[in-house]
Amino acid sequence: MVTEVMSNEIALLAIFLLSIFVGFEVVSKVSTTLHTPLMSGANAIHGVILVGAIVVADHANTNLELGLALAAVILATINMVGGFVVTDRMLQMFKGKPRAKKDSGESK
Amino acid sequence: MSRNLYDLIGLAAGICFILALKGLSSPKSARRGNLIGAVGATIATIIVFFYANDGEALHNQNLILAAIAFGVLVGVPAARKVQMTQMPQLVALFNGVGGGAAALVAIVEYLKLGDGATTAEVIATVFTVIVGCVSFSGSIITFMKLQELMTTRPVIFPFGRQLIALTLIGVLASGGWVISSGGSTPLLVNGLLSLLFGILFVLPVGGADVPIVISLLNAFTGLTVAASGYVLQTTLLIVAGTLVGASGTILTRLMADAMGRSLFGTLFGAFTAKAQASTGAVDARPVKSGSPDDVAILLNYSQRVVIVPGFGLAVAQAQHTVRELADLLASKGIEVAYGIHPVAGRMPGHMNVLLAEANVPYEQLVEMEEINPTFPQTDVVLVVGANDVVNPAAKTTPGCPIYGMPILDVALAGNVIFLKRSMRPGFAGIENELLYEAKTTLLFGDAKDSLTKVVSALKAL
Repeated sequence: MVTEVMSNEIALLAIFLLSIFVGFEVVSKVSTTLHTPLMSGANAIHGVILVGAIVVADHANTNLELGLALAAVILATINMVGGFVVTDRMLQMFKGKPRAKKDSGESK
Repeated sequence: MSRNLYDLIGLAAGICFILALKGLSSPKSARRGNLIGAVGATIATIIVFFYANDGEALHNQNLILAAIAFGVLVGVPAARKVQMTQMPQLVALFNGVGGGAAALVAIVEYLKLGDGATTAEVIATVFTVIVGCVSFSGSIITFMKLQELMTTRPVIFPFGRQLIALTLIGVLASGGWVISSGGSTPLLVNGLLSLLFGILFVLPVGGADVPIVISLLNAFTGLTVAASGYVLQTTLLIVAGTLVGASGTILTRLMADAMGRSLFGTLFGAFTAKAQASTGAVDARPVKSGSPDDVAILLNYSQRVVIVPGFGLAVAQAQHTVRELADLLASKGIEVAYGIHPVAGRMPGHMNVLLAEANVPYEQLVEMEEINPTFPQTDVVLVVGANDVVNPAAKTTPGCPIYGMPILDVALAGNVIFLKRSMRPGFAGIENELLYEAKTTLLFGDAKDSLTKVVSALKAL
């Protein structure tokens, strides 16, 4: 039995490299119709930097650090929440809506 | 919460992101995919509150919650209210703030670690700051271009190439300075130079290529998130950031292919292409303009009509009127189809979204490869607010900004009707020779007004 645990750095490197391949693989066949929603969805996913922003806001020692961290929290939240909402709105357009609702969807 | 449990839940969130991207790649599962992604992000955000401070309430917890609430209050209404036509620039803006957030996270962590940071951590920090800042300022410029707050043409300035190269050297040198000597001043210089580089890097990109740049910057932001994940030793951030970085890179290439552009040409095209002397100047050559009645008669006696929608249609909010016209023609036994260029609108797939919003049947939306062979059998092509995507210059004029982009071959049809506001060239700023051809009729005016008039003229026939 192997007792030595994989070193942390190597584990992170493995995760990084495997994620690259997964990222390449999952989007390799996508029709042009979905380019925009896919980009927008991927954009929302990197909003998860919010997690990092929360961690640094917790650790912040000085007011400067706290201010910057809170700014990061705000920006990341806008990225994440706004990104998912706008992607959903785009994709809503693709499903067949009942004809009766024709005009309610248009807001100007 | 133990580190192991936290990492396990983080792994679950990472899997959610993979499933989200997978789902988003196919029309049927796209909406569910996005939802799964949102669930993953929510889980990740909630659990960090139970982990970051060993299960105790976080320091500054109320401030953090207030900041999140503020972000939601800004982001959600913006995403809800934005007109579908302005969506691409909103995505650009969201991407930019994400890049900015990643850069700030890295800066704060760097300040906190001080001299205790390992070289690897400092390198990751510098990477995050550079790429995050470039993504932030670059996205702001793409936003301004798409919002037409500034010119959509490539901005070329004297010694531009040298200036960009010099800035890039400055960015790399100041990055090296941070790594070798540490401290906050070098990092500040590095960040400012990176912001400047982001601006200079995007300015020369022509309007039609902006979507590719947004996609590229999106991939960049993904990588910065991965790098800050390394600094913070958070597996989830590495997974999520790398996924976005990798899929974003592929997507950027797919987009560039759809537009028939090389990525290199897009980013540096502005420096190699010759400036178009004739652009912008009003051409004095005669054009044939017609009345709504002429157009109605032409349409009434045709057998097959292809509508080519462009961004002008979206701006005029004419989606519904164009569908009314199509329905009317169909009721007269005329075959109607929409020819959708991959980049009609502002981004690939943008036009499909806009027309779907107006309940245009999905079957009538025909992609470029399928519609092009049918143009010789088409009597009338109605070009509504499109220009660049039908511009033969893409085939005939080497060196023009859209050269090499596949176009809709509307010139092969019997008649071409352009609905235009004016003789102003399209988004890419290139003159369209097709406007001067004998088979072309121009109907000037707001697309919605013109279409309404054509519809009533057609009803009266």
